[in-house]
Amino acid sequence: MTILDDELVDLLRAGDERAFADLVDRYSPSMLSVARAYVTSREVAEDVVQDTWLALLQGIDRFEGRSSLRTWLFRVLVNIAKTRGVREKRCTPVDMHVGDHPAVSPDRFQSAASAWPDHWVRFPMPWRESPESSLLSGEALDLVRSELARLPEQQRIVVSLRDVDGYGSDEVCALLDLTAANQRVLLHRGRARIREALGGYFGAAS
Amino acid sequence: MDFGGITCREFVDLVTDYLDDLLDASSRARFEQHVAACPGCARYLDQIRASTRVLGRVTLDPLSPAARGQLMDAFRSWRSGRSGESESG
Repeated sequence: MTILDDELVDLLRAGDERAFADLVDRYSPSMLSVARAYVTSREVAEDVVQDTWLALLQGIDRFEGRSSLRTWLFRVLVNIAKTRGVREKRCTPVDMHVGDHPAVSPDRFQSAASAWPDHWVRFPMPWRESPESSLLSGEALDLVRSELARLPEQQRIVVSLRDVDGYGSDEVCALLDLTAANQRVLLHRGRARIREALGGYFGAAS
Repeated sequence: MDFGGITCREFVDLVTDYLDDLLDASSRARFEQHVAACPGCARYLDQIRASTRVLGRVTLDPLSPAARGQLMDAFRSWRSGRSGESESG
């Protein structure tokens, strides 16, 4: 059973070192992954994460729990990361512009002149084994980790927060200042690419 | 065949909204009718679900031990600063 954030915040106010370590270990991996989208190096991303934790300590007495701790953490993180990103002159901090690249290539669907317009030309290939059954070998996980790292930054952080961390769509919109529509599109495309990568590996030879 | 009045291309576009339970009742009914009739889309939906389950097992890189150590040091000096304040105050 995990201790709730609220309880950890109370312990933190009382100066409990374990509580601080627990919070740092709980949130820093996702914070790093988000910060990385705004700055040029992993080192700077680590600085941003550290500065966010220091800001929490400094502001802990004013932290009233009106927003959840993690919402607060990510909002402060993104602000610090954007400032650092601008200072580093990284051209577009995270450009949340959503292009119009479809999740599934249009040539997978039949043309308007065919018998079944916009239905599959060929069904998606079955996977020869379920990726979950290969989890033990770590193959599927390695594959998904590396494909995740290759996604465009904005897709990567939305998929990470939604599917790796399991945050809800409303929270992700609030954390990243995204509209619901853009959040959905980024998630949709990111997941489609992860599926494609798994299909390339687990797809049955046809 | 009744594909719920939507094409496979439209189905694919609705998958994320469906999984987030954002479709209104009639779109949801069409979506479910389509998936019941179309093995290709049923497979697509299963594969997206399996992908999210694998993503749920991914662990992200932690903070480096050096950075974590610095943070814990900063915590200790923050704490001693606070106890100093409360003693004098």
